[in-house]
Amino acid sequence: MKLIQEPDFGTPAVASEKTVTLTVDGFEVTVPEGTSIMRAAAEAGIAIPKLCATDLVKSFGSCRLCLVEIDGRRGTPSSCTTPAADGLVVHTQTDRLKKLRRGVMELYISDHPLDCLTCAANGDCELQDMAGAVGLRDVRYGYDGENHVKAKASDGTDNFRWMAKDETNPYFTYDPSKCIVCSRCVRACEEVQGTFALTIEGRGFESRVSPGAHESFLGSECVSCGACVQACPTGTLQEKSIIEIGQPEHSLVTTCAYCGVGCSFKAEMRGDELVRMLAYKDGKANHGHSCVKGRFAYGYANHGDRILNPMIREKTSDPWREVSWEEALSHVASEFRRLQYQHGRESIGVITSSRCTNEETFLVQKLARAVFGNNNTDTCARVCHSPTGYGLGQTFGTSAGTQDFDSVEQSDVILVIGANPTDGHPVFGSRLKKRIRQGAKLIVIDPRRIDLVRTPHVEAAHHLPLRPGTNVAVLTSLAHVIVTETLYDEAFIRERCDWDEFQDWAEFVSREENSPETVGALSGVDPEEIRGAARLYATGGNGAIYYGLGVTEHSQGSTTVMAIANLAMATGNLGRPGVGVNPLRGQNNVQGSCDMGSFPHEFPGYRHVSIDEVRESFEKIWGVSLNDEPGLRINNMLDAAVEGSFKGIYIQGEDILQSDPDTHHVAAGLAAMECVVVHDLFLNETANYAHVFLPGSTFLEKDGTFTNAERRINRVRKVMTPRAGYADWEVTQEIANAMGANWTYTHPSQIMAEIALTTPSFTGVTYELLDEKGSIQWPCNDKAPEGTPIMHVDGFVRGKGKFIRTEYVATDERTGPRFPLLLTTGRILSQYNVGAQTRRTANSVWHEEDRLEINPIDAEVRGVKDGDWVRIASRAGETSLRALITDRVVPGVVYTTFHHPSTQANVVTTDYSDWATSCPEYKVTAVQISPSNGQSDWQLEYEDQARRARRIASSVDAAE
Amino acid sequence: MSAAKLVYKANQIATFFQSQSPDEAAAGVAAHINKFWEPRMRRQLADILRHDDNGLKPLVIEAAGDIHFPQTTS
Repeated sequence: MKLIQEPDFGTPAVASEKTVTLTVDGFEVTVPEGTSIMRAAAEAGIAIPKLCATDLVKSFGSCRLCLVEIDGRRGTPSSCTTPAADGLVVHTQTDRLKKLRRGVMELYISDHPLDCLTCAANGDCELQDMAGAVGLRDVRYGYDGENHVKAKASDGTDNFRWMAKDETNPYFTYDPSKCIVCSRCVRACEEVQGTFALTIEGRGFESRVSPGAHESFLGSECVSCGACVQACPTGTLQEKSIIEIGQPEHSLVTTCAYCGVGCSFKAEMRGDELVRMLAYKDGKANHGHSCVKGRFAYGYANHGDRILNPMIREKTSDPWREVSWEEALSHVASEFRRLQYQHGRESIGVITSSRCTNEETFLVQKLARAVFGNNNTDTCARVCHSPTGYGLGQTFGTSAGTQDFDSVEQSDVILVIGANPTDGHPVFGSRLKKRIRQGAKLIVIDPRRIDLVRTPHVEAAHHLPLRPGTNVAVLTSLAHVIVTETLYDEAFIRERCDWDEFQDWAEFVSREENSPETVGALSGVDPEEIRGAARLYATGGNGAIYYGLGVTEHSQGSTTVMAIANLAMATGNLGRPGVGVNPLRGQNNVQGSCDMGSFPHEFPGYRHVSIDEVRESFEKIWGVSLNDEPGLRINNMLDAAVEGSFKGIYIQGEDILQSDPDTHHVAAGLAAMECVVVHDLFLNETANYAHVFLPGSTFLEKDGTFTNAERRINRVRKVMTPRAGYADWEVTQEIANAMGANWTYTHPSQIMAEIALTTPSFTGVTYELLDEKGSIQWPCNDKAPEGTPIMHVDGFVRGKGKFIRTEYVATDERTGPRFPLLLTTGRILSQYNVGAQTRRTANSVWHEEDRLEINPIDAEVRGVKDGDWVRIASRAGETSLRALITDRVVPGVVYTTFHHPSTQANVVTTDYSDWATSCPEYKVTAVQISPSNGQSDWQLEYEDQARRARRIASSVDAAE
Repeated sequence: MSAAKLVYKANQIATFFQSQSPDEAAAGVAAHINKFWEPRMRRQLADILRHDDNGLKPLVIEAAGDIHFPQTTS
């Protein structure tokens, strides 16, 4: 292993079919037209000295180090800003250039500290490298003159040009004395991240990098994505981990374990200590970009709360007792067998994790089907994207986003509904904003004014701030406009869809009840905005729809997904780059966990358990007979537990007590079980009700694959040994074997081989191919040996695309005199889902607690001021949190995040759920709010119960 | 699952298929329940169907003939 050094070509690649040929230092190079001379030279293997150029951002031409001479042209142009052209004869090293470069370097170094040996960037400093490259041997100017380097002038007075180090950001420092004002950070913030938090203040020698208007990094708009730090050629912007540890010596490419974007990172190591995560330029999802979570928030892996020994207890009121792996596993096996003997084969089940690898998920569902002998397997996707599976399965024939992320670069109209990409999927959000800055139009359908609606250099053409729960009405109304104004793509529909079904659907959407005027009245959206948005989507060129949990987590979640698919089919926006239907998946491996057969009704590859040949194909390999009846979903497992017919569960990497709706019901279900096995990194909330705790492994501690929202299978690589001894797949295998199975996997690649053997869309997937290609988008089989970036190109998976009527049915969760407001929920950039990981990192400086967003009008009526404690009550329960007064939400709507267990947001949410998939209706809860003097009794009681439930016998003895 | 909840879910499914083509509505409800409901839930639905005034929508009752009701406890 060595440190992966990615080449920096100096300027971004250019996509042009026309090529030009030039000569650089006698070597002939052919490059796409528009490529810079610097990049052409780099492709020929000649590194022209440079400081302000990097291929992550456009060329700038400020450092004057990359000068070249060109035969027949005057002067010494900068190679980063001069395009290559046919027949150019370029010289990168002449006496004149050598002298000029040395002069430039000498000036740079004359205003730079000479503390190279003790500088954190030592060994990874382009300024140092360039001083060496140009042969700088002397600096004649001395340091007595004006400079930014020394705090005091030589006469002892303060040097007003000097600025102290800014250490406010928890993950990196800004040391202005080391800055060479190359603007790479400023440009990365603009071009790559799109936040525009950084600028250059002052002019000439006074020029300084400044977050916001001379603010601190933490106090500015900076979102801590790390792009500026990655772009900085010196130690000016430096990861604190490098300052503390030193430079890494080897690295491996792996995949982020946070959201569904699935960014590739280099895990840079010194020994088995992780030094930093650096966005990988060759990562196909992120192309070298990152967000505050993936780039920096990995500290939870070494947090003191990690549980490293298996533990058991007889009753959940007992303290935990640490035991050996052997004892824990045989206890689990004997309990599960006992329960099945006493209460029937169907009395136990599993929950697979969307955070674990495909291979781990595959084994957990296999445990249920092949070892338990039932189909009681479900996954956290139940509570997020199960309607995507159903809706897209019905309309297109498979549960998958249709595009790759690169597709957005060719979109002309982008419709975002029920998603907040700049918070929830930040790296994709940045790519989306970049496309909008290039001129694409944006439509946002969201109850809340999310950042995308109006943010620097991005403004939505239409924002439809609909009432929570009216998605189907509004989307069907868009269809109404498209059909009644004949904006649909008849040729596409006739060729690719069932024309009779289309006509039936067209008749339905054309009805008066779906007109913008009628729908406007019930959804609170201006009918003209509905018409404008429909016209723009249908006629504005390539139209792409991106959606998230604001679509799925409703009583009509599946219907909304169908409505989205109908719109894309009606306008011909499928089957080519720039268009499509794109579910933004919440967790790193939601797509994968669904693909791997986590749902109780289907085997890997979305094939129903009742299909004989599918079952037989697994039976042949697994050597057992398989159950042909669907198993229980999570919520039904809990129902069955309360009734007494479901007694034991193995939960890998999901915290259902915090993440599932109606906390009281979840707690009652768990409390009714006799053997709850939680396999996780931490004693999560669910573990308060567990009898066995098995310590899990982080994504840094195991091999495997994650599949992101674009169906891209990315490798996860083990960079350190599992702290608790076993990777999660090994633990599942041990449980299976303790129950009598004879599994003999020694590496996850063997599990992937079994997946490929049994699952038609994965036939061609191997670890060798993943290593070779970097990643693969399924389907990958004989028909598509290198994977499938865009689906439904020549026809839908199901044959003809199916139009389905989408009648709006108001949710039964309604406002009334007692509960006049609608609560909806979402995520924030710095925290992730239930917060188990991010709360255990410094990310909490951005979000210490969940707040309730209330419109000023609603707040004033109730006498609530910003920062006040408010009680929020629904039909299901009540909790308290602090108010945040903002007009991001319209009157009548309140909003909160759900990252902190003490908030207990799901005490308030109801058990209404999607009609088709039982995905809970998180996004609509009728509530009332009133001033409060602190946490509710339930919150205090809960915290007390949680504290008691987390006692560990040995450590309690030692501590008390 | 409580009977009330089961009735509610079945009616939700019926509401969706009610809006589809009338020829396929009942078959749609039955197919959906057969495909996604665990035998315990279908058995409980059978019990509910035996009572008059069970709160189920007519379409669910119409679909009952095509719903596969398991006979014995596994």
